[in-house]
Amino acid sequence: MAARSYCSPALLVILCSLSLLIVIHAQATTPTPSSPNLSADTKAETPKAAPGTAVEQDKQWEPTDLKETTPEKDAAVPAESAPPPGTTASSTGPHQKEDFQEELVIRPLHSGDIYASFQFRTLWETDFMKGKKVSHYRLFPKSLGQVISKFSVRELHISFTQGYWRTMQWGQPFLPAPPGAELWVWFQDTVTDVDGTWKELTNVLSGIFCASLNFIDSTNTVQPSASFKPLGIGNVTDHRFLRYATLPREIVCTENLTPWKKLLPCGSKAGLAVLMKSEKLFHSSFHSEAVHIRPVCGDPQCKAMSWELRQTLDVVFDLHTSGQGKREWSLFKMFARTLTDACPLASTSKIYVDITDNPEVSTPLLSQAVVLGDRRTFSVYDLTQASTFGTMRTFNLQIKWKRDMLRPLLHAERYVAGYGLQTGEIHTLMYNQHPYRSFPVLLLDSVPWYLRLYVHTLTVTSKSKDNKPSYIHYQPSKDRIRPHLLEMLVQLPPNSVTEVTVQFERALLKWTEYTPDPNHGFYVGSSVVSALVPSIVAMDTNNTQGRPLFSSFFPTKEESSFFIRVYTEPLLVNLPTPDFSMPYNVICLTCTVVAVGYGSLYNLLTRNFQIEEPSPGLAKRIANVIRKMRGVPPL
Amino acid sequence: RGQLAALSIAAVVIIVGVPLWWRTTETYRAWLPVSQIQELADLQLQLSADVEVVFARGTVTPEQQKKIPLTLTKDEEHIIDTTSLRYRYEIRYRTATIMEEDALNQPTAAEADLSLHTLSESPCGSLVIYIIPDSSQLLPEKTDVSIGQRRTAVLRVGAQVKVGKTLEQLLTHLEPRIQQVLQVMSFSHTDVTAALSDRVRLSPGSRESIADSMRTFKSSPYEITFSLLNPDPKSHRLHWDIEGAVERYIQPLLSKLAPVANFSIDSQNLYYAMLGVNPRFDSNRNAYTLNADSLAHVINPVEARLSNAASSNPVLNFLLYVPDVNHSPLFIHNHNKQEVPSNAFHSPRWGGIMVYNVNGFYGPDATFPIDINIDMAKVMGVFLAQLLLLGVQSSPLPFGFLVAPCNSFGLADWELDRLMWSRTVENVATATTTITSLAQLLDQIGNIVINDNIAQEVSSAVTALQLAIAELEVGNLGLALQYSKEAILASEKAFFDPSLLHLLYFPDDQKFAIYIPLFLPMCVPIFLSLLKILSEFRQRRKQKQAKKD
Repeated sequence: MAARSYCSPALLVILCSLSLLIVIHAQATTPTPSSPNLSADTKAETPKAAPGTAVEQDKQWEPTDLKETTPEKDAAVPAESAPPPGTTASSTGPHQKEDFQEELVIRPLHSGDIYASFQFRTLWETDFMKGKKVSHYRLFPKSLGQVISKFSVRELHISFTQGYWRTMQWGQPFLPAPPGAELWVWFQDTVTDVDGTWKELTNVLSGIFCASLNFIDSTNTVQPSASFKPLGIGNVTDHRFLRYATLPREIVCTENLTPWKKLLPCGSKAGLAVLMKSEKLFHSSFHSEAVHIRPVCGDPQCKAMSWELRQTLDVVFDLHTSGQGKREWSLFKMFARTLTDACPLASTSKIYVDITDNPEVSTPLLSQAVVLGDRRTFSVYDLTQASTFGTMRTFNLQIKWKRDMLRPLLHAERYVAGYGLQTGEIHTLMYNQHPYRSFPVLLLDSVPWYLRLYVHTLTVTSKSKDNKPSYIHYQPSKDRIRPHLLEMLVQLPPNSVTEVTVQFERALLKWTEYTPDPNHGFYVGSSVVSALVPSIVAMDTNNTQGRPLFSSFFPTKEESSFFIRVYTEPLLVNLPTPDFSMPYNVICLTCTVVAVGYGSLYNLLTRNFQIEEPSPGLAKRIANVIRKMRGVPPL
Repeated sequence: RGQLAALSIAAVVIIVGVPLWWRTTETYRAWLPVSQIQELADLQLQLSADVEVVFARGTVTPEQQKKIPLTLTKDEEHIIDTTSLRYRYEIRYRTATIMEEDALNQPTAAEADLSLHTLSESPCGSLVIYIIPDSSQLLPEKTDVSIGQRRTAVLRVGAQVKVGKTLEQLLTHLEPRIQQVLQVMSFSHTDVTAALSDRVRLSPGSRESIADSMRTFKSSPYEITFSLLNPDPKSHRLHWDIEGAVERYIQPLLSKLAPVANFSIDSQNLYYAMLGVNPRFDSNRNAYTLNADSLAHVINPVEARLSNAASSNPVLNFLLYVPDVNHSPLFIHNHNKQEVPSNAFHSPRWGGIMVYNVNGFYGPDATFPIDINIDMAKVMGVFLAQLLLLGVQSSPLPFGFLVAPCNSFGLADWELDRLMWSRTVENVATATTTITSLAQLLDQIGNIVINDNIAQEVSSAVTALQLAIAELEVGNLGLALQYSKEAILASEKAFFDPSLLHLLYFPDDQKFAIYIPLFLPMCVPIFLSLLKILSEFRQRRKQKQAKKD
């Protein structure tokens, strides 16, 4: 007995500390209020408890009185070297050449929808790369210019997309973009800390575009080895300077459009941008806005370097359902606006209407172009000519459907298969619709770390035969640090479906990593299929004028093929989610159990136990009472 | 035996359990130099300036000359709020050397200034005042004092004190004039008070008086943005040679200002940029006018497009507004309904706007669009003046003062010194406020984690502050400014560190909700048994006492 009572305090201590640990752990995992990204934003707003700040806030506007200072200033100014003021157009000085072009391509789609694609291109003959500080901006927006020079960016491509481009119904888009936000950047090779610069750049861009790009971190950034080559001049292939990230959950709306419009030299005050009224643009089946910055050749010999800023806006309007079944459209019906003038700063301002399918509506100006492997005819309206506006305040074109749409040669889709919440399988289907040619495609998959890919289950089959990829680049994920990156080069046989499957296991997250209760699930970004598709008609390799602007975005090097990029749907995956009211219940329950155990043990240790005479039973007691009354001695 | 067990359990809980709980739930808080920060809260600043007073030949009599050289110290003390200020001028009197005499015999003040400068390189913050006799031809008729471009001033001594007085009398006579010179060329009390505005709560009345000094730059680095606003690109095609103009007019001034603040310059063109106020048509003058009262609203629509994306440094904006055809010419009226000759206006710490009318360049039958070259000399003259107004405060000159015209840099050495004085004081004031308020905040909210890097920044800020104050006391202006800059950088970095926001914050009720289910059932038996032991112990003692009795 004695021995037991001495060793039991030690036992109690263990129990004690155990229960303490539970409490401590519960405290340590209580959510920290903000992620580092958010804190960077709130930093500026932190109130500083400094007295007298109100004094500083007082702005005082007053006319500048120069009576005392001007005479001195005039003395200091060497007047003879100043250019004479006046209306002389010749002495404009050695300005860097800048050129601004705008265009709108309207293409009636086979499904009855209307595809409108705006392109604004600013070309600036300057060099951000050679260390010279560029600080004087004319047509090029200053905010983007500062970003390029501050972060030593070589190429920047950013897109915000709402909706999914239906390749099978709509054909190829002029400029592809995945749903949500996509950002890929090539840095110059002078950048030493690429990751740090990337982090800062995404924060700044998220400020410029009012988007949540600040959620881009190492867990969703990859460095593709082959899929994203620089589109501008310069053959940099070291993918250490490339960063690629998508945010498939990003929702695009007016607050992203407004800063995008602000980058245009004319804003939304003149030119084609007048049409961009957000309530109409966002009442559409597909909406995608993008900014592409890259260095391009300044002249045909490629001796001088220019910087090209392309701002594109693609919209697909569903006029068929909203227009009482009538297949007709006009600018006013689509945009609730009409055009009145071109942007005075633009050197060209054109509207192209694709009339390949209904050639009877044609204007004197026609343009033939081979676009994405298809010969199209456009009727061209030049907004810089005053004569256009006589007839074109609004234009209604009856649309008739004559021939079948050229089937897209390449398209891709993706889905998650499997049941239960533990494992699953990602299926990626790539369709080669070319009747007789096979061609290779590059597939890029970036999968977040919480889906643990089993790479040994990776299978590629086409026509129910094993199709061995000729090149595979796989970078395994690290939990909470970086995602999986899977790139492979697959040959697609003609007229076939190639299926890539890989199994995965869903990881259990820490409880602060789950999204709030009303969520969709976890998004996995689109996979990217890049390919040189053999063209049925010969492509134009020389860059002639008179073609729509968009066709010059991906450089065509040979006549027989053209480059396209296809994005699949983003995936939505459910992860096993625990009941989040449990921690407190668990704490209470464990505490109670521990307390009960402890209490009885404590009593056992500290109370004295004595053997007590067993008390007589009830019958005996009653008998005794009766015996007492009778005067007989009790039992 | 039961008591023994209960006691040992209680002992274990108290000796092991409580410290374990305490250690594992406490937040990490690095050590901060709290006592030193508290010392900084009551700031004692001493500004010392070295002043040399040089007597030229003919201003002192031989018997006066015997007592020279001589060093006097003049102290002045002020107390504002929690800040005590002490101004100390170390005035050394000496006679001029032969070379200096030669220099003073130059025909004009400007030449004398230049040759005096080549003779001696006076350090930052110090001053040399030359006293010249009444007969000297150096200064024009009515002026008594000439202030040069460097750190020298020439003072003419009045005729009435030429002979027959002791040196003390001479010095007392000179004193007010020297004081005036010092006020102009070095720090003055109003400047320092304005610089302290971050620390000191000012009464509304005095706020007005320091409004002028508030215009100056607050901190470095600064970004200067020139924007050409063209609301009507359809009619006007504007060309401005901003690169050349910046190179020619702005860059020299900024390189001169480099010790005080770093600047970067850029420019942009904004099209279809409208003003926030519709100008009123004045039929008398056949022109549009903008009133001074409405100027504050003018920039609102433009402001959204001026934002600087890539950095968070403060920006000074200089806008050149070319009114559209339908609203030109446009003139700005001041409060007295008079036209402002420069047609420009400015706001402290924001920048300035100039309206540039171009309707004079073409006739009524011109065909649009018209190419227009902007006269950058005229524009930059205004912008440079605004930049100086926003950057360098000038106190009104007392009567009889002559300031040498500015050289090509636009800024004299002593003006720069003045800026450096007030900048140093201001930096010290701001850094101390930041550090003390940070210490206060951390003291009040015990849950904030203080990481080592914050502690390091705080202590380096405190050291830099102490060094800056010490250097100010000795009179090393350049070093003091350097240290004060370091202090302000370190203090801001500590204050705005994002890790301070990672506050592990638990409301007390939640804490108790978690603790009570465990601690209450565990502590109640221990506590009760302790009580029982205590009462038994008392009873036993009573019994013993009773037995003894």
